[in-house]
Amino acid sequence: MLLLKNLRPGGRHGIARGESRDPVGYAVAALNRLAQSDLLDRVGLRKQAEQVVFTVTRGGFRTATTAGRAFARAGERGQAGRRPASAPSRGVFDLTPTDDEQMLVDVVSELAADVIRPAAADADIACAAPDEVLKAANELGLPLLGVPETLGGISEERAVMAGALVAEALAKGDLGLAVATLAPGGVATAIATWGTDEQQQTYLPAFTGADVAAAALALTEPRPLFDALEPATTARRVGDDLVLDGVKSMVPRGADAELFVVGAQLDGKPVLVIVESGTEGLSVEADPAMGVRAASLTTLTLEGVRVTTANLLGADDGTTYAECVRLARLAWCALSVGVGQAVLDYVSSYVKQRRAFGEPLAHRQSVAFMVADIATELQGMRLLTWKAAGRAAAGKDFSREVALARRLCSDKGMKIGLDGVQLLGGHGFVKEHPVERWYRDLRSISIMEGGVLL
Amino acid sequence: MISLDDPKKLRGLRDNAHQVAMNMLRPISRTYDRAEHEYPQELDLLAAMIDGLAESGAGNGAGAAGVKRQESAGDADRITNGTNLASVLGIAEMCWGDVGLLLSLPRQGLGNSAIASVATPEQQERFSGLWASMAITEPDTGSDSANIRTTAVRDGDEYVLNGEKIFVTSGQRSDAVVVWATLDKTLGRAAIKSFVVPKGTPGMTVERLDHKLGIKASDTATIRFENCRVPADNLLGSPEIDTSQGFAGAMATFDNTRPLVAAMAVGCAQAALDLTRDLLDQAGVTIDYDRPAIVQSAAASTFLRLEADWEAARLLMLQAAWMADNRRANAMEASMAKAKAGRMASDVTLTCVELCGSVGYSEGELLEKWARDSKILDIFEGTQQIQQLIVARRVLGLTSAELK
Repeated sequence: MLLLKNLRPGGRHGIARGESRDPVGYAVAALNRLAQSDLLDRVGLRKQAEQVVFTVTRGGFRTATTAGRAFARAGERGQAGRRPASAPSRGVFDLTPTDDEQMLVDVVSELAADVIRPAAADADIACAAPDEVLKAANELGLPLLGVPETLGGISEERAVMAGALVAEALAKGDLGLAVATLAPGGVATAIATWGTDEQQQTYLPAFTGADVAAAALALTEPRPLFDALEPATTARRVGDDLVLDGVKSMVPRGADAELFVVGAQLDGKPVLVIVESGTEGLSVEADPAMGVRAASLTTLTLEGVRVTTANLLGADDGTTYAECVRLARLAWCALSVGVGQAVLDYVSSYVKQRRAFGEPLAHRQSVAFMVADIATELQGMRLLTWKAAGRAAAGKDFSREVALARRLCSDKGMKIGLDGVQLLGGHGFVKEHPVERWYRDLRSISIMEGGVLL
Repeated sequence: MISLDDPKKLRGLRDNAHQVAMNMLRPISRTYDRAEHEYPQELDLLAAMIDGLAESGAGNGAGAAGVKRQESAGDADRITNGTNLASVLGIAEMCWGDVGLLLSLPRQGLGNSAIASVATPEQQERFSGLWASMAITEPDTGSDSANIRTTAVRDGDEYVLNGEKIFVTSGQRSDAVVVWATLDKTLGRAAIKSFVVPKGTPGMTVERLDHKLGIKASDTATIRFENCRVPADNLLGSPEIDTSQGFAGAMATFDNTRPLVAAMAVGCAQAALDLTRDLLDQAGVTIDYDRPAIVQSAAASTFLRLEADWEAARLLMLQAAWMADNRRANAMEASMAKAKAGRMASDVTLTCVELCGSVGYSEGELLEKWARDSKILDIFEGTQQIQQLIVARRVLGLTSAELK
């Protein structure tokens, strides 16, 4: 029986469980086993040894999370932390960034063009962000963008709009590297926005110094029809402790992270919990995906992880968690706009240079109209993302706007990725051009929860 | 400072327009859809009310003539929310009521927008209070409006017009028609000028009215000009043929009117979305903005997609109007808004009919009407394809000779 079960094809290799093998199928399966056996090599039958390139940098097996720095407890437990002020709205419809925002965008755009884009292809293959990219982003103070000045950060008020503009500018360089550089800032922003005095005093210094801690907001879980508002990861109260069990996926730079903010269900409500790496029961496994590879995506497993209830971040009634989910989605929208802009710029110059039938491709309506639609839909994505970000910054309800932005950025963003490859034809399919990477990256927008936060 | 909420100072106007649409247009919406070509006399009262609002300044300059660019309004650094934004917000709400009736509103014709866009101050003054419709399309020339054949020949103090115009919205009811005609066919686009032809001018005849798929409340006329004489100073703008300027003069109207048509599409689609949301709610389907679309019902998921598309079109519309208010060139953004809103309105209204089943298809509700009305919005003032052409040329930096 066991043998038969092993021979059943379903459940592995992307084969649905209902599939069955017929005699030809068994023969082919046996042949495949033989082809995979090292017997061939020992008897010298295989022409050349296959070189297996393992793209995962941090090992393809699960390891305990590395113990990071010791976070010295500080501040007052239970006392509310300082909150960034909302940016007051003037009630004027306006599409002009403030001078500060524009300055920031200019600097980040330069970083994206000069440092991030040139590093993108290699980082995608290596599934890791090069140190100089992370260092450059930290030097610009990107992890502190969502942290107000009073807490050692760089913004005077809730910097959601600045964050959206920065995310867009970074992602125009590369999505994977943008996520890698923004992930620690997501955790810092969460603690600055919802943390108690103790949490802020304990953890924020790790982001304000020269040696910025890697950190990740872990909300996604690996299952079909995943609903971020109903995490399967659980938190149980045991005395003064919380015990966490569950699996989180698509966690950026999880192997490096010294601090996690994890989503879990507590007493029937979703909550956020701060978990330091190295805590017993916490393990991490590389989990490279279709795209966003430079962000070193990992799966984080929590098995009986114990933290104190003081590690609960924000309200335990589900409101903080929902706000966090929305702000993370907003970040992904802003990122998708940056990638879309990269596609638009790239294909625009390509179709003007590439010639067919004696003239540039761009002179054909079938080609030019695809470019026009990319430009139009992209601007729609940008405006809707800005509308949501503007409302969030002003402290208004933005749940509807962010939902619509996410829907639009997922649908139209993916179409832009698809058309980007199509416009380059066969050249779009090979890695000499970046459009295939943008195609892979843009699929992530409707899937990712957490990871980044504005 | 980036903020995309409706401007605070125009919310009152928007909400008033909504009330007017709900209480004056909706009650007669089906009536005039059925009684095609019958004059909706209820609109005279409404037009008088709009004139009164404009007179008092309470209308914030909204309306067909609101597309005029203010040359010297305030200092250049200050962002303003002016008459263009007021107009798109007002028109969208009125078209939430009924597109066909909005198009039939006295003194709010596209000809009024043309006069506001290109007329000299003296002409603005002389033609104020006139209801003007717009005549561009000819039997053999649609989107290719540079190729029109109607001629205007100078004769003393007059121009003599000859030709045939079709698809003239409010062509029968309006007081005057703004007619595109060429001064010299050999000189191409630069020679195309617009002329104000008052009703009753000898040589101008309204030949017939078309029976249409939608916007039936609006009369769509065919007008013939035979040796029709108009005073020379009824030529809007400059009579010079400036070949370096090309088509720019006459086409400038479109930069201003395309956001208005986008507004019509936004309003019509919103009507369908509002009712569909309510009907779905009664059927037990509520739209949850926080839960992923994939875990909601297919109807809710579809609705989210439509609403997202609608919101994007609306913001593109606001962007184009905002740029006009702040004296920025907006030809590309106006075309983006029109292209997006036009195709969005078709998709939204047709899908809403499908979501509501036979309730949507039946004349018992207005959903089927909106799905008929919306189609014209992807056609007039430049079809979807013309907008794509304009956007593509701008994005790719190509001339009309390169990208034909």
